[in-house]
Amino acid sequence: MTQSTQTPEHEGEEAHSHPSPGDYVMIAVILAVLTALEVGLYWAGEAGTPPVATVPALVFLTVVKFALVAMWFMHLRFDRRVFSRLFVGGLILALIIYAVVLAMTVL
Amino acid sequence: MATDTESAAPGAGTNFGVPNEKMGMWAFLGSECLFFGAFISVYVLYLGGTGDGPGPAIFDIPFTSVSTFVLLMSSLAMVMALAAIQDGDMRRFRTWTLGTALMGLTFLSGQVYEYTVFVEEGMGLTTSAFSTAFFVLTSFHGVHVSIGVLMLGALWFMSFTGRIDTSQRSQTAVENIGLYWHFVDIIWILIFTVVYLIPVDLLT
Repeated sequence: MTQSTQTPEHEGEEAHSHPSPGDYVMIAVILAVLTALEVGLYWAGEAGTPPVATVPALVFLTVVKFALVAMWFMHLRFDRRVFSRLFVGGLILALIIYAVVLAMTVL
Repeated sequence: MATDTESAAPGAGTNFGVPNEKMGMWAFLGSECLFFGAFISVYVLYLGGTGDGPGPAIFDIPFTSVSTFVLLMSSLAMVMALAAIQDGDMRRFRTWTLGTALMGLTFLSGQVYEYTVFVEEGMGLTTSAFSTAFFVLTSFHGVHVSIGVLMLGALWFMSFTGRIDTSQRSQTAVENIGLYWHFVDIIWILIFTVVYLIPVDLLT
């Protein structure tokens, strides 16, 4: 049976110091600004800007916000990679579900 | 002796070298991605199925934007609570934990208000396929927020009884509840864009 395999080399590879409260505040400010940009893009769309310009930007901002929370607030950037693999695995499966449903909608 | 266990590195002696509770929480969150992925997909699938009922034009974007901002800031409060307990400052921990729970309650109050307005304007749970998909998706998220608020309330209360203190075991518990709370936040980041912001005609 496999027991704990944490070695100094392993720790050096994956363990880092956590961010400071100031870093967290900075991330929160960025998240707030990105949310304001998203809402601004929505109103730009309502004002007549074509979706081809607003939708990719909305998706991009959402992905950035998602990644910021996962990497900084959930510490995936600093924590063991096994957690990232578990989470990204679930995300990939969710995206497959979405792709299948999208295909059903289009076809 | 208990002190031997508590002084050891977190997760020492486990198969992955990390606390089993934390590993379990991440596995749970991975499965939750599938859960919400399915609901978001169903919402997109039924977006055009409004029947005779109201469609996405009923949404109040300024109101929901404020709710979204509150939930985002609750994630900041949660991570501050974790930093406080890791610093051994229980007073600061209690303040941030209570703040997180109150922001969660504010978000939930906004959701209840939003639902009330929708029902008054003729969009109930069974009005159309669209309304069912909307209410199921957002209310399941709301249930997750409610569970998070209950867990935060329990943490706050137990910090007074001594069951939550500055020990490694307590820090792991707070970290796990924090992970759950941040997950609820990032799911809302997706819902806010897909449900409220992206133009309907493009999705249909």
